[in-house]
Amino acid sequence: MTDILKINEKIKPKFPKHVKFRHNKARDEWVILAPERLVKLDDVAVEILKLVDGNCSVDQISQKLSKKFNAPEEVIMNDVINMLQDLSDKGFIEENG
Amino acid sequence: MDDINKTKLKTASEHGIQAPLALLAELSHRCPLQCPYCSNPVQLEKKTGELTTDEWKSVIDQAVEMGMHQIHLSGGEPTVRHDLEDIVGHCTEKGLYTNLITSGVLLNPDRLKKLEKLGLEHVQLSFQDTDNDNADRIGGFKGGHAKKLEVAKWVRDVELPLTCNCVVHRQNIDNLENFIQMALDLDAERVEIAQVQYYGWALKNRAAFIPTPEQLDHATEIVEKARVDLKGKLVIDYVIPDYYAKHPKNCMGGWGRRFLNMNPKGEVLPCHAAETIPHLKFDNVREKSLKWIWENSEAFNLYRGTDWMPDPCKSCDRKEIDWGGCRCQAMALTGDAKNTDPACSISPLHSEIFAMAAEEANRAPPDFIYRRYGVRFNSPI
Repeated sequence: MTDILKINEKIKPKFPKHVKFRHNKARDEWVILAPERLVKLDDVAVEILKLVDGNCSVDQISQKLSKKFNAPEEVIMNDVINMLQDLSDKGFIEENG
Repeated sequence: MDDINKTKLKTASEHGIQAPLALLAELSHRCPLQCPYCSNPVQLEKKTGELTTDEWKSVIDQAVEMGMHQIHLSGGEPTVRHDLEDIVGHCTEKGLYTNLITSGVLLNPDRLKKLEKLGLEHVQLSFQDTDNDNADRIGGFKGGHAKKLEVAKWVRDVELPLTCNCVVHRQNIDNLENFIQMALDLDAERVEIAQVQYYGWALKNRAAFIPTPEQLDHATEIVEKARVDLKGKLVIDYVIPDYYAKHPKNCMGGWGRRFLNMNPKGEVLPCHAAETIPHLKFDNVREKSLKWIWENSEAFNLYRGTDWMPDPCKSCDRKEIDWGGCRCQAMALTGDAKNTDPACSISPLHSEIFAMAAEEANRAPPDFIYRRYGVRFNSPI
């Protein structure tokens, strides 16, 4: 296992191999799936996680969302970091590289 | 029973219950290990009665159509099935998150590689102890522990994520810190520390397994400390034996609310221990669709919601939190599945039953009754 990850703007987040961010067709909802875990997500979380691909940094994710929702980047970045940190602490997000 | 049968039972949708989240698929009851706390029923299903590959594929299709997210391929030992690869491949194709729950002892590196390629997403590997000899004694399988340590490495070699499933009890609980260290050494993402739950085989062996309250408190302290120390490094899931709890566990998230379980011959159960409730009649996927069964099966609807509850559950403000606890435990310990789970401190039988268990914990442990086909028991439990 890696050391505890501290999310900052430079980090390029990705899902660990065993964690799947998936759309369930029958339920029409996005969820995170992990061993014996199912995380239901609100709309904001889904928007953020759709941009998590291991290539985009937290900074870039925040910029994209800022443009898309026409909201200040600092506010968005704060939300992005908090959410990803929470998911990282639970083992659902890791750093690429 | 009679009073319930007079009125028509409400179905899943009439209870406002949505489709289940996950399917526990017991592919076979066959297993090379003989753990005396096995969660399988005492009457084990033979190979000839097992569902075929195509029948399992149909179940998987139905599960996905219903909106289920995950499948746990379990047993017995799921790797005894030569069609496990077909089943895993089919789950992947349909988008089910696929988890293999295995003792590992029948696996080899090639087969694991193949399963990984076919889309298997996670492996849960069981461990009986960290002490080699004691682990083999508990599992009733010589060389088992050493093999498991090898299997764990193979799992990581093909970059599959690993959970160590550790069942703890009075005969290995002193190794709890070693279990956690073993999970770290094996590079596992997650460790499940589960105290034995007392149904079926485990109930027959309760005196051999039940820890003292002091042992349990000590174990809980160790887990709580490790959870803090290892946050972000190792996920630790912990199941306490509810014999010593104040409130019962909300078993399965409530009867027939979230999960379903299928036994090797295709019967659909609200939980893996439900066959210990003798009056339940289970519907079979060979005769009915999974969706119909979830919605209508009497075995599910009997204890759904709160209408079936007698007091003290009925008037309890926690009735929609713990849903009366565990029906199988109520059946096993009180003789009536409707009764309040005696794990609950409000149950009138709580003090009597748990005083008995605590006394057992303080006596020398008896020999195991190993989980085997054809074991006959003279006295009813």
